[in-house]
Amino acid sequence: MVNFVRKHGWSYLFVLPSMLTFSVFVLFPTLWAFVISFQKYSLVRGGAWMDPIYQNYVDAFTRLNGVFVSAIQNTLIYSAFTVTSSIVIGLVLASLIQPLSHRMRTFFRAAYYLPAVTSSLIVGMTWAYIYNAQWGFANYLLRLVGIAPVRWLSNPDIALGSITLSAVLTVPATAIVLYSAAMGSIPTEYYEAAELDGAGPIRKWWNITVPLIKSTTLYLVVLYTIASFEVFERIYVMVPSGVGNSTQTIVTQIYNNGFKDLNFGVASAQAFVLFVMIGVLAVFQFRALRSDVEY
Amino acid sequence: MPATRSRSQRMLVWTALIATTIISLFPMYWLFVNAFTAIRGTPPLTPLLWPEWSLDNFGRLLGGTKNYTNWMINSLLVAGGVTSFHMIFDTLSGYAFAKKQFPGRDLMFWLVISTLMVPIHVTLAPLFIISNQFKLLDTLWALILPGTAQVFGIFLMRQYIQTLPGELIDAARIDGCGEFGVFWNVILPLCKPAIAALAIFTFVRNWNEFLWPVIALNRPQNYTLTVGVANLQGEFMTDYGIIFAGASLAAIPMIVFFLVFQNYFLEGVRMGAVKG
Repeated sequence: MVNFVRKHGWSYLFVLPSMLTFSVFVLFPTLWAFVISFQKYSLVRGGAWMDPIYQNYVDAFTRLNGVFVSAIQNTLIYSAFTVTSSIVIGLVLASLIQPLSHRMRTFFRAAYYLPAVTSSLIVGMTWAYIYNAQWGFANYLLRLVGIAPVRWLSNPDIALGSITLSAVLTVPATAIVLYSAAMGSIPTEYYEAAELDGAGPIRKWWNITVPLIKSTTLYLVVLYTIASFEVFERIYVMVPSGVGNSTQTIVTQIYNNGFKDLNFGVASAQAFVLFVMIGVLAVFQFRALRSDVEY
Repeated sequence: MPATRSRSQRMLVWTALIATTIISLFPMYWLFVNAFTAIRGTPPLTPLLWPEWSLDNFGRLLGGTKNYTNWMINSLLVAGGVTSFHMIFDTLSGYAFAKKQFPGRDLMFWLVISTLMVPIHVTLAPLFIISNQFKLLDTLWALILPGTAQVFGIFLMRQYIQTLPGELIDAARIDGCGEFGVFWNVILPLCKPAIAALAIFTFVRNWNEFLWPVIALNRPQNYTLTVGVANLQGEFMTDYGIIFAGASLAAIPMIVFFLVFQNYFLEGVRMGAVKG
C-alpha cells in the first residue's frame, strides 16, 4: 500500500483537480440527465418516474403539434447548407491562398479568422440588423438594383433561408486554417512527380491535394455538423420570439422546454435525441470518409 | 504547389480572395461604422460607409446603463477565472496522462475523451439543479465552476506533452528533481507555447459563452457581456445607436486580443485538430 502510494501517488495528485471537476460537472450531470429524461422533475419535490417510463420522449415529439419535428427538419436543412458550403468554400479558399507568399497567406488567414473571434451572439445580432426590413443593409442593396424591400426575418417562408444565408456568407475560418496547415504538410515531390507526368494545376489539385487532405475534411465535416446541429445564438437574436415553427431548431426547443417552461424531463429527452443524432452522424461520417491514403 | 498561372488566372484568384475578404469582414465593419456614427433612434437606410466619427452612442450607452461596466468586469472575472484554472489543471493532468503509468489511467482518459461528443445541452438541466441546490444561481461561480470542467484542454495538453522527449524528464530525475520538481522545472517551461494557445482559446470561448450564462443569471447587474448585450435589444428597442455601441464594445476586446496574439491563436486551432 505504502509502495503503491509512493509509486503512483503523484500521478493521481496530478490528475485529481481535473478529474474532480470533470466528475462533478460533466460525468455526473450527463448520467443524471439520462435519468431525468425519464422523470418528471420539480425543483421543489425532486424527480418522479414517468408512466410509462418513456413518456418524456413521446411528449418531446408530440407537444404543440409536433413542433420538435419541424425543429429537427429546420436544423437538418440549416446544417446541410452550412456544412456543405463551409467545406467547399474552406477548401477552395485554402487552395487559393496556398501558392501565395508566406506573408500574404498569413494575412488572408488572419482576415478570414478575425470575425470568428467575436461571439456568435454579436455576429447574429449584426446580421439581424443587416436584415432589418426598414433600414438594413440587405434591403439597401436590393433598392440599388431596383428590387422591392424584403421582410427577411419576419416572413415565415424565407426566415430560415435568411438565417442560413447569413451562416453560408460567414467565411469558414477554422476550415481555412486547418486545410492550409494540411496542405502545407504535403511533400512537394508528389507535385513534382505529377508535373513530370504532364499534370496541370487542376489535375494536381484534384488527384493529389484533395485525396491527401481527406482526414482533415473528415474532421471538419464532423466539427461543422456538430456546430450546426447545435445552432442557437444566431436564431435567438435574429428571431427572438421565433417566426411560428419555421425558425425553431433543436436547441431553441431544448431552451424553451427546459428553461422557459421548466420541464427538465422533456428538455433532457430532446437533448438526448440531439446527442444520438450527433453520435450516429459521426460514426456514419467516419465510415464514409475513412481515409485510405497514408503519407 | 508551384505557381504556374497566367495573368488572367492570377487576376481571377486575386478578385476571389479580395471579394471573400470583404464579405468576411463586412458585417463587423458595418456594425462598427454604425456604432461610431451618432444615431439617435432609427438608423438611416443609406449606410454611411465612411462615418463622421462620433462617440455619442458610447457616451449614451455608458451613461444610460450603469450596468455595462459591471458586465465587462463580470465577463473578465469569468473568462479570466476559468482560464487560470485551466492553465494549471490541464497541464498537470495532461502531463500525467502523457508521460506517467498508473492504474486507471487509460480508463480515465477514455472517459474524458468520450464526453467530448456529449453536447453541453445534455448537462444543462442537471447543472441548473445542482447550481440551484448550492445557491450558485445568479452568481459568477455558477459560470466559473462548470467552466473549469471543459475537457478539451486536457486532451490538448496531453497531445502536446507527448511530443516532448522523455529523456529530459529522466535527466531531471538523475539531477535530483522530485516529481513536482520535474513538472515545475522541466515540463512547465517547455509547455509555454501550448499553455498560451490554450489560455487564449479558453479565454475567448468563455468571454463569448451565451447559453449557460443566459440560463444561470437573473439580475441585470450580474450579467456577463453577451447576456447584457442581448438584453439591450429589449431595453433600448428604439435607440439603435446604444445597441450598436454595446455590441461593438463587447466585440472589440476579442478583436484586439486576436490581432495581438494572432500566431498563438492560429497555432491553437491547428494543435487542437492534430490527431493522436
